[in-house]
Amino acid sequence: MPSPGRAVDDAVPQGDALAAAYLLGLADDAMVYAQRLGEWLTNAPQIEEDMALANISLDLIGQARGLYPRVGELDGTGRGEDDYAMLRDERGWCNVHLVEQERGDFAFEVARLLWFSASRIELLAAGSADRVLDGVMAKAYKEARYHLDHAVQWTLRLGDGTEESHRRMQTALVAVAPYVDELFDDDPVSAAAYAEGIGPLPSETREVAERTVQRIVAEATLTMPGASPWRSRGGRAGIHSRPMGSLLAEMQHLARSHPGATW
Amino acid sequence: MVITRTDAAALEAALAAVPDPEVPVVTIADLGILRAVEVDETTGEAHVVITPTYSGCPAMEAIRAHVEHVCRRQGWMPTVSTRLDPPWTTDWISEDGRDKLRRFGIAPPSGRGAVAADASSRHTGVVALELRVHVVACPQCGSTDTTELAHFGSTACKALRRCNSCREPFDEFKAI
Repeated sequence: MPSPGRAVDDAVPQGDALAAAYLLGLADDAMVYAQRLGEWLTNAPQIEEDMALANISLDLIGQARGLYPRVGELDGTGRGEDDYAMLRDERGWCNVHLVEQERGDFAFEVARLLWFSASRIELLAAGSADRVLDGVMAKAYKEARYHLDHAVQWTLRLGDGTEESHRRMQTALVAVAPYVDELFDDDPVSAAAYAEGIGPLPSETREVAERTVQRIVAEATLTMPGASPWRSRGGRAGIHSRPMGSLLAEMQHLARSHPGATW
Repeated sequence: MVITRTDAAALEAALAAVPDPEVPVVTIADLGILRAVEVDETTGEAHVVITPTYSGCPAMEAIRAHVEHVCRRQGWMPTVSTRLDPPWTTDWISEDGRDKLRRFGIAPPSGRGAVAADASSRHTGVVALELRVHVVACPQCGSTDTTELAHFGSTACKALRRCNSCREPFDEFKAI
């Protein structure tokens, strides 16, 4: 019997199909997190933060838009950005579970952004043998540095702030912890892509990313949470957690109800 | 109406003069968004390459439309493509563009651009976190006593600051 959260079909694609599968993971992480960050518009603690999180969201949408048409080229379907973002069902999405989780309080978002940016920046820094991905990576790398800096500034302010902000930031680190391992999983597609020079081995990016987070957490007078009793897995294989369905329903509703709508 | 095709130099000059939709005092050439103009005199096709400042910059659609319009007005058949590599950096903003930004009330990007930093850190796997304080002069009064109000401003490419001398808030073009 397969372990829970394990994909039924374990066959690893090869050649262009492999590159397509790998790029899709990076694009889906960006797209789904962009959707979650967009939810902060009018909901952040300050209007400046509405702007900040929406701007980060916009950068991520841009990164996804740069990759989806390339995925369509590589997988031979010729699909475009809207086909991937708006017309795919849950099992077709390859993002990690961290990005699909429901919006928590502001501290939760800061903790999520901290881990997301710290890990993504390492993926982007590695470069790729795929010329389109390499171009997107070089651009996204600079943006991710700015996103990480934003998360760092807030972690420091909240952690080293009031008793309440410290408590909330610590709680947020604990809440995010079960989703961290998955960021560095060598899933079959990433491992095969690594062998082809298309991307780095996620597990090898962990040390540097973790060191970044640890340093900031310590400076913010917070503590790294201990080992979580459970961990997420399966996102890259299309197995998702409960919030993913409603996220897609909201994101895709307009495009599916009014096919081809433009404005 | 019959449109006579202009020569390649005239087309290039007209394209270089296309204003940025968000900051209309600077042109897409000033900002380094216009990458290349390649024309085929025999077919009348003009291939224009542009690059976004940020991946998700919403102004790209408007810039693309304006570029196509300028080409057609000059009798050329446009194709516009986007190139990401090498990635845009604020170092590409011309001196003239920096002056125009300042006069418009936007502090031009200051300090070291990202090119050198990126070339050294990407591909080595080491990401240096820059927490250094950078000095930004107020575009109104020139004072360097300014504070950042928000990391992200009215557009993806700007941050919001305030001058502690003249008390005026102003946008800063973020250095990337």
